[in-house]
Amino acid sequence: MTNLLQTILVLVLVLNLFALGTSRILSLIRTVALQGALLGLLPLLLHGQHSLATVLTVGPTLALKGLAIPYMMVRAMRDVKIKREVEPLVGFQPSVILGALATVFALLFAGQLPLAAAHVDTLIVPTAIATVLTGFILLTTRFKALTQVVGYLVLENGIFIFGMLLVEAMPLVVELGVLLDLFVAIFVICIIVNQINRAFSSLDTRHLVSLKE
Amino acid sequence: MNALTLLLMAIALLGFSGLPACLLPARSAGGQRVTTGLMVCGGLLGLVGVVCARVAAPAPALSLAWGFQHSRFSVAVDPISVLFLLPIFLIPMLGSVYGLGYWRQAEHPANGCRLGLAYGLLAGAMALVVIARDGLLFLVAWEVMALAAYFAASAEDDKVEVRRAGWIYLIATHIGTLCLLALFALWRQATGSFALTAGAAIPSEAAGTLFLLAAIGFGFKAGLMPLHVWLPGAHANAPSHVSAVMSGVMLKMGVYGIVRMTALLPAPAPWWGPVLLAAGAFSSLTGIAFAIGQRDLKRMLAYSSIENLGIIAMGLGLALLGRAQGHAEWVLLGLGGALFHVWNHSLFKSLLFFNAGAIIHATETREIDRMGGLAKRLPVVMVLFVVAAAAICALPPLNGFAGEWVLYIGLFRTLGLGDAPGAPAAALAAVALAMTGALAVACFVKALGAVFLGAPRSASPRHVHQPGVAMVAPMVLLAVACVLIGLCPRLITPLLDAAVGAWSGQSQPLSTASVVPLKALACAGGALVGLLAAWALVLKANRRAKPVRTGLTWDCGYAAPTGRMEYTGSSFGDSLVKLTVFLLWPKKNQPALHGLFPKRSRFKIIVPDTVLDRLVTPLFRATGRFLPWLRVLQRGQTHVYVLYILVVVIVLLIWGNLER
Repeated sequence: MTNLLQTILVLVLVLNLFALGTSRILSLIRTVALQGALLGLLPLLLHGQHSLATVLTVGPTLALKGLAIPYMMVRAMRDVKIKREVEPLVGFQPSVILGALATVFALLFAGQLPLAAAHVDTLIVPTAIATVLTGFILLTTRFKALTQVVGYLVLENGIFIFGMLLVEAMPLVVELGVLLDLFVAIFVICIIVNQINRAFSSLDTRHLVSLKE
Repeated sequence: MNALTLLLMAIALLGFSGLPACLLPARSAGGQRVTTGLMVCGGLLGLVGVVCARVAAPAPALSLAWGFQHSRFSVAVDPISVLFLLPIFLIPMLGSVYGLGYWRQAEHPANGCRLGLAYGLLAGAMALVVIARDGLLFLVAWEVMALAAYFAASAEDDKVEVRRAGWIYLIATHIGTLCLLALFALWRQATGSFALTAGAAIPSEAAGTLFLLAAIGFGFKAGLMPLHVWLPGAHANAPSHVSAVMSGVMLKMGVYGIVRMTALLPAPAPWWGPVLLAAGAFSSLTGIAFAIGQRDLKRMLAYSSIENLGIIAMGLGLALLGRAQGHAEWVLLGLGGALFHVWNHSLFKSLLFFNAGAIIHATETREIDRMGGLAKRLPVVMVLFVVAAAAICALPPLNGFAGEWVLYIGLFRTLGLGDAPGAPAAALAAVALAMTGALAVACFVKALGAVFLGAPRSASPRHVHQPGVAMVAPMVLLAVACVLIGLCPRLITPLLDAAVGAWSGQSQPLSTASVVPLKALACAGGALVGLLAAWALVLKANRRAKPVRTGLTWDCGYAAPTGRMEYTGSSFGDSLVKLTVFLLWPKKNQPALHGLFPKRSRFKIIVPDTVLDRLVTPLFRATGRFLPWLRVLQRGQTHVYVLYILVVVIVLLIWGNLER
């Protein structure tokens, strides 16, 4: 069980680096969908006995992160007819290096944290920190609105992994509430993406500066 | 039904009195009548409640949970509350009636409803402040009061100077509230709850901090110099019945706060009293000096409010000094005098603002130097103004004299004790009080002379609007109250004694009547009234006996004198302004005259507010020039904002690591 868990977490870390290195938005969305689906399986692996609550969390998480959200984003991408992120603030190779550095930092940092004995040997905390940092890198260095949404999703994935530490303490309602929030946020953003495209004839968020007073 | 229920009902009635009118058309006179009717009902109900609280057995305090930890909706009435509740219910009620004539909704459709709503809310919130016994409830009521006063005072928000005065008031009141927030937070830390009950053990350093915070926070509301910056502008630009409530009642909420906090805190440190004495003496002297320099009638009255609040602060200082050193008489006379003056000031200052409203209503200007000759046109207003001015100058036989007399006796009691610490401060305060009184006489002689005597100085007062019954009746009532309390101070001294007892925590309080010869005061006052009446009769008989000649008083040999050649209020006040020029710093625009036939020119003198115009405003301007640098941070790019978050997160992570 632990081996499988560690494998999935390593996969998540690799997907982080892949997300930083790709310029095609479609593959970016697919990467994050895969990452979300993998994370959706985590509750099953983390706890031996499968209560109704875990099954109830896993189902919607897989459906939303693996299918619904990617589907919405792909549709938004088709609507605005954009395929690539061009001219990011930091290039794709440097981004990957940055992501690797962030992963190293996360591993070192997690070693210093006073964790519960059950979590010391797993990769949960370092993966969570590395994923959050990856999300931040995507958010700060990419300019297209859609890639920023992906960055936001990666950030949320990181927080989700953190949440795994508390899966026993956190009520089901909170978990599902967070999922619902995420879904609504992406739903709204996909609509806004369309509007931004219409208003500025571009998805470049730098144009939003003109909204500043 | 107990007194507290009555009071809460009255507060609800007052607070929501303006609502029904909002549903009616903006120009409807009926809406305003409904508002006034509800205000009068609420006011009378409140007065009945106050009488119940005074006469009947003390009502049990009401305490309900209202959804906040460490805080309850608790209200209670004690003699201190009673004393402040009376003007709170009386003055806004009279002001509302006055507003029927002064601020007709039909003539002010843009702001009539809003003013009515804010006015009622102001009255209700003030009453709630006085009965609140919980820090959080107190703050809520205090904020509602402050905001309602803002909306009431800036009724004519289409005028630039009204908006400016409103902003200054809003900023000043919130700085005061900030101090109060700190005060109640510290209170909660020291006592463990927000409940405002006496007897908590508070260490003396904490008590000192609490006292200073209370003095500053409540000092902003009371308008003590130099925290008065909001006061002249707000009073001058508000509708007159709002100015009356603000000056007559709302400023006293600051006094109430200081009285309440000092009653709750344990034995005062020896420096508290002298601090308040000094602040009060400074406030009263500078306040009246500024008042003399003003040309705007309502600004003058506002500065005179600062002076009177200074006098009240002196009384409080004396009481604190007495409590610190164990002199029950100082406490009685100091606090008794201060609370007496609270009452008196709310009566005669409201009367003066009502008068000013009637004058402005009649002449359509606030400038004293453009008025003149109103004695013949508004005789009733003139008589009422004379009564109020005599009362505010503390001339016998009116209430102002009775109140300040109690205070004088208290200040002089400190003299015989040789080198008791703090006694020199009290002795100096007596001198300051005397100087203030003299300057107040000069100030109101100037106002009275320039407004009512002589010939009209400009064309506008030629067609004057007479004030209607709705305006005159409240004024007459207030004037009668002034005379009555002046002639018979025993009407109010039992209330003062009870309040002093509640403040100092003594079960068997001294009575003012046993220390101050009130009977002699009443007799002397009666004799004076008799003499005045006899003199008036003699004058009248003389006038009947001799024919009356009318003509120019003194035309300086000039063939065609005009009203503009009269002495103005400014020229009268100039000699006194020169005495305090280091403080007032007047701006003079004086033309240089050359040759035998100098060119046409203008002379102008204004006395700006030294603290506001020469200190606070430049300071804010400089800050305003510096702050735009911070806008560099606002880039308008989302990923930069995300970067900020990332930087903060990483800094926090590293910081947390270092801490360990």
